[in-house]
Amino acid sequence: MNRTTLATAYMPLVDAAPLIVAQELGFAAAEGLALDLVRAPSWSSVRDMLAFGRVDAAHMLSAMPVAMAMGIGGVQVEVSAVQVLSVNGNTIGVSRALADRLRGRGFGFGFDDAAAAGAALRDALDGPLRVGVPFPFSMHAELLYYWFEAVGFPADAVEVHTIPPPLMSAALAEAEIDAFCVGAPWGSISVERSEGELLLPGSAIWRFAPEKVLAVRRDWAETEPHLLGRLMRAVWRAGRWLAQEDSATTTAELLARPEYLDVPPELIDRALTGRLTISPRGDQRRVPGFIEFHRGAATFPWLSQAEWIADRIARRTGRDPAAARAASRRAFRSDLYREALADTGAEMPGASRKVEGAIRERTAEAAVGGRVWLEADGFFDGRVFDPDAD
Amino acid sequence: MRTHGNRATNGKLKDRLSIVVVEADRDRAVQIVDALDKADDYDVFVISEVSSLARQIAARKPDVVLIDVENPSRDTLEELAIASGPQDRPVAMFVSGAGGGMAKAAVEAGVSAYVVDGLQPERLKPVLDAAIARFQLFRQMRNELAETKRALEERKVIDRAKGLLMKARGIGEDEAYAMLRRTAMDQGRRVADVAAALVTAAGLLS
Repeated sequence: MNRTTLATAYMPLVDAAPLIVAQELGFAAAEGLALDLVRAPSWSSVRDMLAFGRVDAAHMLSAMPVAMAMGIGGVQVEVSAVQVLSVNGNTIGVSRALADRLRGRGFGFGFDDAAAAGAALRDALDGPLRVGVPFPFSMHAELLYYWFEAVGFPADAVEVHTIPPPLMSAALAEAEIDAFCVGAPWGSISVERSEGELLLPGSAIWRFAPEKVLAVRRDWAETEPHLLGRLMRAVWRAGRWLAQEDSATTTAELLARPEYLDVPPELIDRALTGRLTISPRGDQRRVPGFIEFHRGAATFPWLSQAEWIADRIARRTGRDPAAARAASRRAFRSDLYREALADTGAEMPGASRKVEGAIRERTAEAAVGGRVWLEADGFFDGRVFDPDAD
Repeated sequence: MRTHGNRATNGKLKDRLSIVVVEADRDRAVQIVDALDKADDYDVFVISEVSSLARQIAARKPDVVLIDVENPSRDTLEELAIASGPQDRPVAMFVSGAGGGMAKAAVEAGVSAYVVDGLQPERLKPVLDAAIARFQLFRQMRNELAETKRALEERKVIDRAKGLLMKARGIGEDEAYAMLRRTAMDQGRRVADVAAALVTAAGLLS
């Protein structure tokens, strides 16, 4: 069969798996596509490659299309998040010195209680807490700001710095930062290098946080709807395969290859199975749903998710939240998702917005053609985000 | 025109563009500064240490920041898209016009430009032209270097394959090379690929 080649940019992270698996295990080929996967040196570079047409699709931080829709960053090409690639998957880690200080004050590193960890961190401060994130507009940054605010950190007690994930562990070792929030496998790598200890999974702050999205140019989506549909189906099927328990080993080996992540497969496996080693002494923690590629309609781009991100960025950067939320609704494309995946068996929620944080446990909701199982999506402090409020 | 030595200490003149170049490699940094000097009279400051990059840049209040597209620390610059104080003007990735023609050419050459809010594109053009020309040269040099390295590697593999054939078949070097070439022609492959396959197979069998 004659295959159409589609240049697709990605960052070497575990959550690029749906794209890599789509290409390597034949899901792309089944749709008559060959993904030309372009590994990028930075998120800005992913954005530029997409905006300037070097690639037609990209693995992107969920907050990037939202920030772009809000006019932040200079690049004014309209980008559409057509599908969520992954939910959760980040870890928050601290330096060995800070971990010792926390332990000395009796903190137990339970790894599931963001309120307790936040309070322990707040009480152990002896200066501003310097935290590294990979990009200023990212779920990493928003989770941290949300957490610090809810735990009651004084406004000047935290400095958030942007540091590329591969340099995060070294920044911790050189005491340039005290803590980080980073995607897999970079948290585990800091543990492996004995430079950091893990404090919390991102999911301890928000149980169901949209992490990466499949992004395309808005005008490309309009001119190439069929090509986009084929890409989305291939990637969605790759995500469904990734959600099977016995896919983890194969995926870890595949992603570990030098041309992709180029890190030991064992470290990738930790993220895929949710079995994390949190300290250089070998302490283990089990995190169900550490990273989701499929379950709970994980790939559905909820407009309310985009609105939560927009609302948070607007409030902390002094912009109008209502205008930001309206702009963000143009960036997340549940309409295209419904169109492209209609005949695949993908679960289609009845509505495209929901109150974020309101699902306390796995629930069946009414959906197009039946019902859809949604996973718990609570925030650690019990608050909810109602996109129709205000 | 001033020499490099006093760049860092000279006060900034009001109408002269101030440019920050982020480049860890000293030789490359010097070449970029020289290229900019030829274009016009600018205040150029080089940052070679990427720790606290955003703060280092913010402290200089530059009009333009130039950074290698391949530099992973580029993402740090995105912090500057939000002004940190009421007196500060945000610095954002430069895109001109709807298609971003000039920015596209720059990114393709391997350099990205961040520009302070409100700077007129015509003031930026000579800066970008000079930077683009210089980065295109860097890219060309890098490609040539990679090509030389690859050719060397292939020579080594071919030599090893020749050695294996000579030993296994008791033939001379010319004959061994002729065999490799013939096989490559028959299979429509490159001599280097046939040699690599032979070396791999020999490794597995030994």
